[in-house]
Formats: sequence, structure tokens, C-alpha cells
Amino acid sequence: MDQTLERPIFEHSRPGRRAAAQSPPAAPAAAAAAREAIPDALRRRKAPLLPEVGELDAVRHFTRLSQLNFSIDTNFYPLGSCTMKYNPKACNQYAMLPEFLARHPRAPASQGQGFLECMFELQEMLKEVTGMAAVSLSPMAGAHGEFAGVAMIRAYHRARGDLARNEIIVPEAAHGTNPATATMCGCIVKEIPVDGEGDVDLAALERAVGPNTAGIMLTNPSTLGVFERKIRDVARIVHGAGGLLYYDGANLNAILGKVRPGDMGFDVIHMNLHKTFSTPHGGGGPGAGAVGVAARLEPFLPVPLVARGEGGFHWLAEAERPQSIGRLSAFMGNAGVLLRAYVYMRMLGREGMARVGEFATLNANYLQARLRAAGYELAYPTRRASHEFIVTLRKQARELDVTAMDVAKRLLDHGFHAPTTYFPLLVPECLLIEPTETENKDTLDAFVEAMTAILGEAQADAARLKGAPYTMPVRRLDDVRAAKQLELTWKPPQAATMAG
Amino acid sequence: MSRIPADLKYAKSHEWVRPLPDGTVEIGITDHAQAALGDLVFIEVPEVGRALAAGEACAVVESVKAASDVYAPLAGTVVAANAALGAAPELVNQDCYGQGWMLRLQPASPEALAALLDAGAYGAQLAAAGG
Amino acid sequence: MPFVPHTEEDVRAMLAAIGAPSIDALFDEIPPELRAKGLDGIPPGLSEMEVGRLMSGRARRDGLPLSFLGAGAYEHHIPSAVWAITTRGEFYSAYTPYQAEASQGTLQVIHEYQTMMASLTGMEVSNASLYDGGSAVAEAALMAVRAHRRSKSLRVIIPDTVNPDYRRVAVSTAGNQGLRFETVPYLRDSGTIDAAALGALAGEDIAALVIQQPNFFGQLEDVDALTDWAHAQGMLVIAAVNPTSLAVLKPPGEWGAKGADICVGEGQPLGVPLSSGGPYFGFMTTRMELVRSMPGRIVGRTVDLEGRAGYTLTLQAREQHIRRGKATSNICTNQGLLMTAATIYMTLLGPAGLEQVALASMARTSQLVAALTKLPGVQAAFAGPRFHEAVLRLDRPAAAVLRALEAEGILGGVDLAADHPGLGHALLVCATETKTDADIERYAGALGKALQAARAA
Repeated sequence: MDQTLERPIFEHSRPGRRAAAQSPPAAPAAAAAAREAIPDALRRRKAPLLPEVGELDAVRHFTRLSQLNFSIDTNFYPLGSCTMKYNPKACNQYAMLPEFLARHPRAPASQGQGFLECMFELQEMLKEVTGMAAVSLSPMAGAHGEFAGVAMIRAYHRARGDLARNEIIVPEAAHGTNPATATMCGCIVKEIPVDGEGDVDLAALERAVGPNTAGIMLTNPSTLGVFERKIRDVARIVHGAGGLLYYDGANLNAILGKVRPGDMGFDVIHMNLHKTFSTPHGGGGPGAGAVGVAARLEPFLPVPLVARGEGGFHWLAEAERPQSIGRLSAFMGNAGVLLRAYVYMRMLGREGMARVGEFATLNANYLQARLRAAGYELAYPTRRASHEFIVTLRKQARELDVTAMDVAKRLLDHGFHAPTTYFPLLVPECLLIEPTETENKDTLDAFVEAMTAILGEAQADAARLKGAPYTMPVRRLDDVRAAKQLELTWKPPQAATMAG
Repeated sequence: MSRIPADLKYAKSHEWVRPLPDGTVEIGITDHAQAALGDLVFIEVPEVGRALAAGEACAVVESVKAASDVYAPLAGTVVAANAALGAAPELVNQDCYGQGWMLRLQPASPEALAALLDAGAYGAQLAAAGG
Repeated sequence: MPFVPHTEEDVRAMLAAIGAPSIDALFDEIPPELRAKGLDGIPPGLSEMEVGRLMSGRARRDGLPLSFLGAGAYEHHIPSAVWAITTRGEFYSAYTPYQAEASQGTLQVIHEYQTMMASLTGMEVSNASLYDGGSAVAEAALMAVRAHRRSKSLRVIIPDTVNPDYRRVAVSTAGNQGLRFETVPYLRDSGTIDAAALGALAGEDIAALVIQQPNFFGQLEDVDALTDWAHAQGMLVIAAVNPTSLAVLKPPGEWGAKGADICVGEGQPLGVPLSSGGPYFGFMTTRMELVRSMPGRIVGRTVDLEGRAGYTLTLQAREQHIRRGKATSNICTNQGLLMTAATIYMTLLGPAGLEQVALASMARTSQLVAALTKLPGVQAAFAGPRFHEAVLRLDRPAAAVLRALEAEGILGGVDLAADHPGLGHALLVCATETKTDADIERYAGALGKALQAARAA
């Protein structure tokens, strides 16, 4: 891999260069007439800053940029809580069949029965695998699904005339989206502690619930990488106080096919199709955050939904679902992502789905055992790993000044993407490691070797370790400068010098 | 070991207060706070003339890893804000009790000052929290 | 089983290292009553060959009709290189670029995208994209309310000329935080905002005015007058624009004396397939002064330890994973893959190519309107300049006419009866650069036939 950096595309521009094959058939008279038809006051005067390059220049530029990335296709990527499993090429290929790609969102249901059948079956499969009564596919990301979930909880209480319930309980270990979502829904956040073993502090929970409790947001297994063993007590306490249980599906991969959130007592869940159901992360999206609900929340689901009737498959929208929390997307959400998840679930089938949780958990426990044997400190040494586990570098930080960040950066030199760092905030100097079920034993062993070497280097040559990475396209970046001297768009370099 | 000047008063939320000869008070964040935040990249100070309640969020400090509210330790009206922090937020890291001052307040009631922590009590609070 | 590579030997060795007798034992912390009984509702797994046949059959059933649909999503030619590169594994299967050293490819694409969007919209800074156009309008409303220093007004005007689904999404998204969305009617002759009705709100305490350009009907608004009026009232201006149109129309940064404050829109026309409505991406650009209020990811350029230029996510302290309950939004994604496609699309087209697409689309729509309004019973609903969509008024309900066209393999337009009953039997039609003379003749012929048959009946 050629590690030299690419110049910004604008520096490849030359006035008049074009990708000539992309011009639509010339109709100069019609185009001139169209331009004339624009009132003077509304016409654009100065061309926008878009590149002027030939097609090969463009292809070469972006291809070379892609080669600067780590990705699942090229590297082991044990990012905790992100579920970086293999994205099957078949999912992409069949989601991008020409007829699916070309279908306009406002096309009638009669011209879309094939697509709608896939969506309907996806709803049904997601219901089955999560144990929920109904599903909406429209939220476009996990955080979007969370928003829908909390909004439904609020709508449920308001519909019962219970207007005082505006508090959402969140464990202190929760991901930042949880309190942010609660605030977006006009709720107040109440944080409760977890105990030393990683379970929710039940006594604190009892004190926290009351007539203002709208609900609690939980992940299970939790963000600490362990199963919330007291979940049924949590459900009893919160339901007893009149609140509802929300399940953050970020860690569903650990229990897929083994445990269903609906059976644990959750009233509403969101799923991250881009984690558990292997749709692509795409460098930061698109995701899909389908939501599932117990029967009592069904009227509030975001629209549109797919239903099956005598005439085939059709949409249910605002008119058919008057109590819905509304529309979250101008159309129906990330349809192409949903098709990929559908293909994935059809390929796994019932046996394959059950195996996901098993092998994700096997891989995580194997890595946990081997890293502990190699000398790493586990955050919860008495617990089984779920699909992920936490290692803490607090001893190394104290004694050698080697931090979790240093280990993460050095792993890049070994060709591995770092695990998640500094999340959850509760555990100091932590690495949250999630191998997923699609990695083979040899890859895991190679990772352990690299981690072992790094631990040795921490003892023998901490200074060298702290300067990592050395072999990436860039060394560590000055993010203080990035935030203070904001350079958020390309500017032409000053005359004569290439600004560094 | 963070510095806690003996001649200042402190709030539990890591702000310091310095009474000035003219009856106003000067406010900033403590050494413990600036160290915890790391290199500051942006600071938003309140407008002159704004009335603040005790405990009200009146400024924002942002580093690469965190953004925090600064809370008014006592009620009053803002009479000055440190304009230098716009171009040089690092002043708070370098000299949090001096050039890193954030705002000056005309207190609503001078007695409120006595209710704040002194250096010893603030130091004890930090020690108890393991800071 | 698919995608799980373990052999029995692997499993034995791994269990030995863990010290567990079986995989099942690894779940021993989970109360037995909670264990799932089996997933009988899920069909057995399919091989790739079998799922391929299934999907191909379903796709064939949907077919490829001739489409004249617009209303917020537009059919444009997507150069082959766009998705050939975007689906490269290094882009497709990469994560959010939190480890910057391992993500310079993605980060640089975002920086180039930010540059292009800022310039295209005439603003100073862009984020790395949001979910879609509708939610971008909602986020812009929230941002305007935060930025509206004068008061804490929670009122935002979304005129009737704005895409009705953008209003619905704004209400669903921002209603829970107390925002109130008010409306203003349009003029029947021009299909543009009724400035007199808007003027009646002078002196009210309102945070922002949303101006869609071109508007939902395809008509062009007098953006300068509207922007200046809103600013005179102390409101922020949120521009909701079509990115293709910005190749030929004055960008929001130049509207009125001071320019719009926040600019958003649906990015789908820039190289993203229609795909039944998603995934798309929303774009948001603004002035530097408001950058800290802007939700979503942002990439900045900086240097590394050796002084080499590099890119990194910045201003993250505003985001949910740090600010938690006080975040600007709960959003923690951008639509990375779509934004990548759009950046490649804009690069391949360049300013000249994008202008050609815009003008060719305008020309085809003009041609379509001329051909269809020759038919008895078909009229243009609005006078005045338009971009690449038009509202036609028929002499009978559009629904039956559209069904007749559908039987001929033509999707003739979007029926506006449900959202705009006051317009009569109205149809929103769109023709882009993808339509040929033959396509338009075919539509005119089929429409003529359908109307004649309906008259005879």
C-alpha cells in the first residue's frame, strides 16, 4: 500500500478539464433558453468550487484515498459496541439490483410489490428474533431509533393522561446518545450507578423511580460487556412504578438467537441493523435503527409501516395510524440498507441466526482468556464476557505512563484497528474489545500476539510505544490545533508556498 | 497536586471567586478543572449586563475531549467578561487564577460570598473525590 | 453456517483456553427462563444462489417503469465510477473515522465534500452530512432556535410551499422540545409564498423562516425580498434547496443583503440512487459564526507530529458522546457512504457538468409541460419561472389518470390531492436530463389516450 498522501482534489483541477462522458446529450438551444428563463436576480453569477478533472484523475484520486483506510475488508477491527462483522457482498449485490435501485419513493405500492414483500418479511423476522409485537423500519440510525423509542414512551404516558412522567433513568455507564436522546424528547435524565460487578444498583433504582418516571434506558448485555443479571428485577421495579423499559440494541449481537429482549420484559427496543445485521458502516453511515414494541406501544410506532392485505402489500401512514409519533423520514427510511439486512437474515436463516450470539460470545471469551493470560487486567474478571469485554490499562498508566490510547495507536502499526477506547467512561484507561463471530481463530491469535508484544514494549521501551503509530500515512494528529484553528474547507495555498 | 490559592473562595463545581476592592467579584475555573479538561480550544463568556442566578450556567469551556458549563457561584449581574479568551483560550490552562479570569460580577447580595467554600474546604472536597 | 469460519477443532481449542466445557456454558450467567426456545418464525437459511434467485424474481416483478416523479427525490444519471469506487471495501466497510491515522481516506473525502457543499451553497462551512433532507430541516429549526439570541422564541415558519413531508418530520422531531411550526399560504397564480400573508406576521417574535428554493411545486421564490424581510424581523433564514439547482441559481449565501443563516437540503440528486426513498443524505451548511451550534460531524485539517498535513474529526465536544444530555443533537452518524458517492459525483461532473444537468433538466421539464398542456383538459397550474418540476391541473381527478398511465408502464407524476386539496385535480410532474424526446412523446400519447377514454366513459 502506497502510504504517501493524496493532495486535495482541488489541487488536481485545471480549468476546462472535464469528465466528458458525463455530459448529457447536447441541446444547446434548449439549455440556453432554460438559462434565459431564470430571472436575472436569481441567476448564479460565480461557478461553485467543484473540481475540474478528467475521469481517470477522479478515479485515481478516490481509489488512492480508499487505500489509506483500514476497513473490515482489509483489517481485523475489534471495535467494542460497533460489531464490525463481515459485510457480505451478496447483500450489496442484491440490494443494488437495477429495479430496486431505480424505484422512486413516490411510486405506487402496485409498482413495488417485490420490494414491499422484502420489507414486510424483514419486519416479521425482526419481530421474531427480538420477541416484540410490532416493528417499524423507518428510523435511519441507532440514535434515530432511540429517539423514536423515547418519543413513543412519552406518547404512551400522555395518551393515558399521565402528563407528569418526564424522567428517563439511565445507568451511568450508558452511551452518550441515551441522555442526549432523552433531552431531545423533552425529558429529564436521572443517572443511577452500577455496582462493582457491573450490574445496575437495584437499591439506587428503587430510590430513583416514582410517579415522574417515564422509563429506563438499558443495554443488555450492558456497555460494560456483561449481561445484566438482575434484568427481571429491574423490569419489576420500573414497571411497578408505572414506567416502561427501553432496550438499546447496540449489543444485540451477543444474544442474537439466545435471548430475546421482549422476553426480558422490554417494552420498546431499537436495533442497529448496521451492527447486528451486518449492513455496511460506510465510513460513518448509513445505518438503520428499526424499532420494535410490545403490544401496548404499537399505536405509536413511527410511520410508514408495511402491511399485508388482500390486494397485496401496502403502506400504513398517518391516516391509518393516527396515534403514531409521526414521520421521521421524508420517505420510508434507509430502504437500501433494509434490503441488505433482509438478504443477510435470509442467508443466515434460523440456524444461522442462533449461531451469531454463540460464536460472537465464544470469540470474545477466548480473547478475554488469552489476553488475561498474557498479562492484561480485565475490568470484570469474575464475569463471562458477552460479545465484548473490557481491559483496563490503569496499572500501566500509573506505573509506566502507558495509556489505553498508546496501546490503541501501536496496534495500528501491527495492522489491527484499535478497539474502542475510553468508553465506557466508568472504567479508567479502558479498551472495549469486540471480535464478532466472523473472525477465525488465527486472526484472534495474531491479535493476542500483537497485544503481548505491546505489553512487553510498554515495559522495555515505553517512550517508543508512546510515539506510535509509526507506519500509518500520518503520525498522531494535533487535535487541539484542529479545534482552535478551524480549517474546515480547502483554501487555495498562498502564492509560492504549499501551506503545511 | 492542584493549586488552591488561600485568598480565594470556591464553589463545589470548581469555580473560584475573588472579591475585588470595588465590591465586584472575579470568577474563573480552578486548576483542578483546567487540568481535567485538558487543552482548551474555545471559551464562551456571558454578555455584559446579563443577570445570573446562583448556580446558573453562565459560560462554556470546551476542550478536545469535553465541553463543560461554568456555573455562577453566586447571583449577580455581569459587569465584565474576559475578551482575551476568544483568541487565547489557553490562558485558562496557563494562568487560571490570573489572566484566565472569565467574568466579573456585581453580587446581588454580598453575604452570599461567605457561604462559599474556603481553600481548605475545597481542597478537602478534592481529596475526598480522589482528585 | 454462513460467515462463521470455526472448525470443530477450533472450537475445542478455544473452549480449552477459556476453561469452559461447551459454548452453552458461556451463557451460564443468563437466567435459564430467559433463554429463547428457538426461532421457528424465521425460515431456514438460503445459499447465496437461492437468495439471488429470490431477489431477482422480486426485482423483476417491480420492473423499470418510465418515471416522471419528483417531489423531493430526482432521477439523474449516475456515472458508473461513482458506485464502483464507493462500494470498494475500504470505503464500504470502514467505520466512523475516530482513529484518524487509520482513516485518512474517509476523512479527506469528508473534507473535500465539506468544501464543495460550502461553495455550492455560498456558505462558509459544512458538516459531514445528516440523515436526509427532512431531518436536516428539523435540525436546522432546532439550531435556529438555539442561535436566536434575541429571545427564546420557539416559533418557526414553514410556508405551504415547502415539501409537506419536511414539515411532518420537523414536527415529529422537534415538537417534543417545544418548537411550534406555523404556516403561511401561497398565491394561486404563481405558486409562491404569499408575501402579504407573511407580512402580517411582522413584529411577532419568531425564530426562523424556512424558504424552499425551488419550492415543492418547482416554482422559484423571490428569495432576496423574503430573506431581507425575515432579517428585518430579527428572524434567522433557513434555506432548503435542491443541490443540482445551485449550479444555475443564486446560492443561499447570497440571498438578500446578508445571505441565509443556515442552508439545508436533500443531497440525493448528487449521485445517490432513488432506491425507494433511502439511504439518502441531508446536507447542512452555515456561517462560521454558527459552527458550534451545528449538529453532526465535522472534519478539520491539521498537522501530525512531523508537521505533515492530515485530517481529523473536530469540534466533537458538541456531540452526544461527550456532551451527553447537553449535546446539540443526539445524532451520531453521518451518511458516510452517500456523502462519499456525492463527492465523487460532484468531482466527475465539475461545475460545467452540474450546470449542464441542471439546464437539461429544466429544458426537459419545459418540453414536457409544453407537450402535455397541448392536450385538452391539461393546464399548467402556475405562471412564473420554475426549475425542473411543474404542477399541472387536470379536468378530472388525477388518481384514475395515473392508474391508466401505470398500466402503460408510465409513472406520470405525484397526485397532490391529499396534501393540497385547494389546488383542484393537481399533478406534480418532473422531467430530468434522463428523459428523451421519445419518452416525452410516449407520455403525451398515453395521457391523451387516457383522458380521451375517461371522457368517453
